[in-house]
Amino acid sequence: MVKSEAVWKSFGRNEVLKGITLDVDPGEVMCMLGPSGSGKSTFLRCINHLEQINAGRLWVGGELVGYRQKGDVLHELPEREVARQRREIGMVFQRFNLFAHMTAEQNIVEAPIRVGGVKASEARQHAQQLMDRVGLGDRLDAYPAQLSGGQQQRVAIARALAMKPKLMLFDEPTSALDPELVGEVLDVMRGLAADGMTMIVVTHEVGFAKEVADTVVFIDDGVVVEAGDPSAVFGNPQHKRTQAFISKVL
Amino acid sequence: MTEIGGAPDPAPTGQPPAEIKAVPVRRPGRLVAGLLVIILGAALGKSVATNPRFGWGTVGDYLFSGPVLDGLVKTIELTALSMVIGILIGVILAVMRLSPNPLVVAASGFYIWLFRGTPVLVQLLFWAFIAALYPVIALGVPFGPSLFSFEANSLITPFVAALLGLGLNEGAYMSEIVRAGLLSVDEGQEEAAKALGMRRMQTVRRIILPQAMRVIIPPTGNETIGMLKTTSLVSVLAFTELLYTVQLIYATNYKQIPLLIVASIWYLVLTTILSIAQYFIERHYGRGTARGTPPTLLARIWQSFTTWRHTRVEVADPTRHGL
Repeated sequence: MVKSEAVWKSFGRNEVLKGITLDVDPGEVMCMLGPSGSGKSTFLRCINHLEQINAGRLWVGGELVGYRQKGDVLHELPEREVARQRREIGMVFQRFNLFAHMTAEQNIVEAPIRVGGVKASEARQHAQQLMDRVGLGDRLDAYPAQLSGGQQQRVAIARALAMKPKLMLFDEPTSALDPELVGEVLDVMRGLAADGMTMIVVTHEVGFAKEVADTVVFIDDGVVVEAGDPSAVFGNPQHKRTQAFISKVL
Repeated sequence: MTEIGGAPDPAPTGQPPAEIKAVPVRRPGRLVAGLLVIILGAALGKSVATNPRFGWGTVGDYLFSGPVLDGLVKTIELTALSMVIGILIGVILAVMRLSPNPLVVAASGFYIWLFRGTPVLVQLLFWAFIAALYPVIALGVPFGPSLFSFEANSLITPFVAALLGLGLNEGAYMSEIVRAGLLSVDEGQEEAAKALGMRRMQTVRRIILPQAMRVIIPPTGNETIGMLKTTSLVSVLAFTELLYTVQLIYATNYKQIPLLIVASIWYLVLTTILSIAQYFIERHYGRGTARGTPPTLLARIWQSFTTWRHTRVEVADPTRHGL
């Protein structure tokens, strides 16, 4: 589903990613852990081309992200094409980023109607289903400011799902939440994983990673330090940096 | 109920203690200030009512006269159309200013520099005399053949000159207001829209602009009220808006003060209406925010009046809940 080959990314002189190579299979749940500033969020944002990579190659669903290759030459994709690629990829942000001037329902139906060309009545029906799924079936008319952080994040997940993505990216989805609200968001994500959604989750929730992830990737200083089965990475880390990090978070 | 163990939950016990009833602090300063305001106000009122040179009778005669109402309508038209032009240009310039293309940014910057840097009165006169610069205005391919052409003198009537002068000038100011509004919207909103597959123009129109409106509306209301008054400058182009109309009347009957009062009354009526309209527009775009719209001046005065009444009531009925 996602294939990354030696992806490099720098902001000016600051090299954030220094050759990330990894694969995510369809239906796989990958959790990325690592100290803050290690580049894991940046990598996530490269996957849907919110950031442009400087070197390497990145494919989603077999398609090169943001470029088209003709012979040996890479061509930048026009905005329309980039937007099309992004429709297949749902993203959930640390700060929710719900559209503040729209109700939960309007947030969810906006993209399907405006981008996906879905009929309004159909989109609303789907919105109701999605809100039921995230346990907020009675809050369709609420504005984001009227919802708690956990509820906002669940609406944000419903909004991303409304485009029927093949891949979901989660960028520290519980980091901005009060501790007692983390559980409700993780529950929704657990449900998604159980339904077979391909997910890449940048998180600090070790418990969640242990329980739900098929693969855990530990990133530090822009490189993949260790990757593998959660029981292996958490139970028997091979690298010093992984050991140090895990002893701190466990 | 299943008992898990541990101490029972604490519950409030007994009656709450008696509510605090205290003698309010005396505030002699307020009393003196209030009296002073009343005395000065009364003196001013008496002078206005009794000085015959105000000519209130004449004011009454002309307030609803045909030419004055005509001028009023033209002032409203001019204000509305100039603001529409100004807002359209403002939005375009603001979006240009945030464009990734440096030439586009520079063009927008140049426009703002030019139109904000010269007095609007000078610009109005320029448009009025445009025929001296371009006697014939033609529409066609740049450096190529022209498709239509007009005599500048017949195309640029005083009304068109006024619209161009006021609207183009306003666009420069509106662009800064719109830009501030666009920048006030959290970047995460744009990212979320992008991540959903929305395109840039869609994102601006559906996500960014509606939220920017909350910041854009109050200064735009200000600009509209300012524009209403700035239209009086157009009197120099011999366009019969409100001020020029009353000037024409007092040029023949020499009752300058009453007629200027007529114009002032109408300007005040219109600005009052605009302020009320602004309140409702602000409330519309304030939806979804926790803070909502701040009360208007009138609402605040009313509030202070009602709370004042409340405290009076409280003295009479000490069992009532205070503020």
